[in-house]
Amino acid sequence: MPGFEPWNKELAQDIITSGAKIEGATLPILHALQEVFGHVPEESLPMLAHALNVSRAEVHGVVTFYHDFREKPAGRHVLKLCRAEACQSVGGNELAERTKARLGIDFGETTPDGKLTLEATYCLGLCACAPAALMDGQVVGRLDDAGVAELLAEAR
Amino acid sequence: MSIRLFLPRDAAAVAVGADKVAKRLSLEIAARGLDVTLTRTGSRGLFWLEPMLEVETSAGRIAYGPVTAADIPALLDGGLLTGGHHEKRLGRPEEITFLAKQNRLTFVRCGIVDPFSLDDYRAAGGLKGLEKAVSAGPTGIIEEVTKSGLRGRGGAGFPTGIKWKTVADTAAPRKFIVCNADEGDSGTFADRMLLEGDPFCLIEGMIIAGIAVGATKGYVYIRSEYPDAVDVFTAAVEIAGQAGLLGSSVLGSSHAFEIEVRTGAGAYVCGEETALLESIEGKRGQVRAKPPLPAHKGLFGMPTVINNLISLATVPVILDKGGAFYADFGLGRSRGTMPIQIAGNVKHGGLFEAAFGLTLGEIINDIGGGTLSGRPVKAVQAGGPLGAYFPPHLFDTPYDYEAFAARDGLIGHGGLVVFDDTVDMASMARFAMEFCAIESCGKCTPCRIGSTRGVEVVDRITAGIEPEKNLTVLTDLCQTMKFGSLCALGGFTPYPVMSALTHYPDDFAPRAPRAAAAE
Repeated sequence: MPGFEPWNKELAQDIITSGAKIEGATLPILHALQEVFGHVPEESLPMLAHALNVSRAEVHGVVTFYHDFREKPAGRHVLKLCRAEACQSVGGNELAERTKARLGIDFGETTPDGKLTLEATYCLGLCACAPAALMDGQVVGRLDDAGVAELLAEAR
Repeated sequence: MSIRLFLPRDAAAVAVGADKVAKRLSLEIAARGLDVTLTRTGSRGLFWLEPMLEVETSAGRIAYGPVTAADIPALLDGGLLTGGHHEKRLGRPEEITFLAKQNRLTFVRCGIVDPFSLDDYRAAGGLKGLEKAVSAGPTGIIEEVTKSGLRGRGGAGFPTGIKWKTVADTAAPRKFIVCNADEGDSGTFADRMLLEGDPFCLIEGMIIAGIAVGATKGYVYIRSEYPDAVDVFTAAVEIAGQAGLLGSSVLGSSHAFEIEVRTGAGAYVCGEETALLESIEGKRGQVRAKPPLPAHKGLFGMPTVINNLISLATVPVILDKGGAFYADFGLGRSRGTMPIQIAGNVKHGGLFEAAFGLTLGEIINDIGGGTLSGRPVKAVQAGGPLGAYFPPHLFDTPYDYEAFAARDGLIGHGGLVVFDDTVDMASMARFAMEFCAIESCGKCTPCRIGSTRGVEVVDRITAGIEPEKNLTVLTDLCQTMKFGSLCALGGFTPYPVMSALTHYPDDFAPRAPRAAAAE
């Protein structure tokens, strides 16, 4: 997984200014900020509000509405386990429970060493080869305990 | 001439090792100095056979699968390059029963062509629909689409031709075509497969829609859970622009059309059309009250055609072969074909495009082969997290919009999730409410509050706290959500809950005594 930039006002301003040229720019800019900084830094929100000529409350409302946008950086790796019905039908819940126990964290939490963040997701479109997961953006299907162990071993 | 091999780059194939197979294959080809090229395609949708490797021979393509990286040396030592024997040889893919029984119209090229090759696309029949559309003009296009009987494949089933006519008849300085590729239903992957396997088909469909209604700009809203689809489709839009398919003069005609890709941000409710429009506009994905309809006042307040991806991707074949050809498939008011997605605990999971009218039992047992676990089927959830659970005694239900509605269900976007007899239906009902609570946009009370109350009530029932009284409360709550919610999220969550309650009342018995009885 690529490293993320520390907070940098000029960089954030560049992202916002170049992104603001399109209609309905909010989500594309938020995605771009998160891609660079690993989360949507709070400092960038008033800048975004100013650039788009909307209130800070409005920007806050948008950021907090969408599950994808993080207020603080994730761990070095992000494992998203699918919790939806198709994955449940082949033991997804049980696999999720065992993975949480193995890591000692719940969904939405990061291991104390900052190595891994575990997140729930609802459907990756891999429903005919479930249970499915997304490890740092890489798709994994037919996941079992051995597969989870392999993913965790590969993550440094 | 070099020998051509084909291997999917579809996310589901990659999820089960296709990239590892490709890597090993490239290494072996180089080491052996073979004159072989490897083309990465979409998937044909036979996921229990993925990764499925194909070789082009004089007798057509020959498939092998499921192939692992470790199989590659032996496959090359054996007869892979001539389509010869190997224990994983499947023969001609078209003759595999699962594919042979289908009527592929929308997915005719998916899994066969290189998704980045416009030449492949054209050679496989692509762009014929657009060429006919350019000469037919707006009225002619809408006539064919109306004649085809095509209905919205996102789930609502609204006639596409009528929607287009409404937008065409509404005067405005700007109009938009919006493709809903926010495919959030569990058990569905048709949009993802098409985006990754035949992206030009969607581009062609959107251009035709643009010509029909007088729009020159299209948006494709793809969910962020589909990173591969976003990448492939974005690249395809770029290629189409360079080739003059998109731009100021589509295929040299007087029509202009451009497409912008937008990525969602993990909100299921954005699959609801008005929430999706809000999201593109840069707002919270909150549902709009209707009217006004998006066809009158949609994106940025302008008349907008918002269609499901499958609806738009079906338009090219309708224009190419004619509305009557398409309408010849299907039954009753459900015309044409539906890409049915068979998923979950099923032996032969995948995409099965067929004319409407097969029974649910035929799809699950004959085509899907029953459960993966080998245990009896207990329930099939049709139509995603807002769809009803069907027990085996309703397996005679024909697959069409009206027949499913008559049995208190819906076909939705075509997903079917199979569960074996280990599933506990009270916990599935609880999950339906929990999911609704997580994903509710919060605009209307029945959905926002009702879903949380629903979780609590199911918990009380299974804990044995005044079960009869709470069952009445749950039923009443479902009625309120069904008739009082602004959109399908709150309005349809009662489908899985009530179907679980109706068909599996025993699962709602208090937990502790039930566990004791089982021992």
